[in-house]
Amino acid sequence: MITRRMLNFPAATGWSHPFFGMDELRKDMDRLNRLFDSSGSSYLPHFFKAGVFPALNITENEEKYFVRAELPGIKAEELDIQVNGRNLTISGERNTACCEENIKYHRREREGGKFSRGIVLPGDVDPEKVTASMVNGLLTVTAGKSEAAKPRKINVN
Amino acid sequence: MVETKELQVKEKQEVSSSTEHTRPGPVFTPSVDIYENDREIIMLADMPGVSTDGIGIDLKEGILTLTGDIKPWEDGKESNVLIEFGIGKYYRQFTLSEAIQQDSIEANFNDGVLKVILPKVAKAVPRKITVSNG
Repeated sequence: MITRRMLNFPAATGWSHPFFGMDELRKDMDRLNRLFDSSGSSYLPHFFKAGVFPALNITENEEKYFVRAELPGIKAEELDIQVNGRNLTISGERNTACCEENIKYHRREREGGKFSRGIVLPGDVDPEKVTASMVNGLLTVTAGKSEAAKPRKINVN
Repeated sequence: MVETKELQVKEKQEVSSSTEHTRPGPVFTPSVDIYENDREIIMLADMPGVSTDGIGIDLKEGILTLTGDIKPWEDGKESNVLIEFGIGKYYRQFTLSEAIQQDSIEANFNDGVLKVILPKVAKAVPRKITVSNG
């Protein structure tokens, strides 16, 4: 029955919500459209994931971009972060091998290995205003927007 | 030289349970390594973003519960550009088959990794018995 509703089965049959679920779908479609829009915006809908380690969350406010990644067990000095124009690269290596001998593993779910991820920020950043911090396994890269990328208020005369 | 493989993204696993938490929001299962040696069982759990005072370790009737509470780190004025991972609490339970000395459990938390050391009770430590010729 639900499939019929989703397929827009004749709506005049008195169902209270013939477009049940359509709202969510339309929002996703909007986001997809924005993705393929040639406006040059790097706004990605949230289901569109790159699949490259580490997973990143990028947020912004008027002044800055914030790039966050969960990197448990990696020390700040083991990370290499580079910024070049709009490009930000985060690379490093995670070592989960254990140093002790004569041990028996019950479970091994934590993975180790090398990683490197490059992203393009949606706007230009000022390389002087890029800082990074590592707190409790959470990396936060804060990049100050360059003057050109900041929103400007335009007064109407 | 050991070749290191490239890390792959692992989707965070959300806890599926029949009961709900009183506070809404996603709850994730931390990835763990568990190993043992003669004297203790050692557990490593990835809980990035949790601060030391947000961690709970509880052992009751052979069930070890690990919890990690997270405080939202984004201030409300940030708008999302790209969201690839969810933010939420951590929760995982284990049944321990071996007897553990409850009063000497140790735990530390470094760089988002929780390490719990569970010492086995003396009788569970294997003892090597040498047989002498009579």
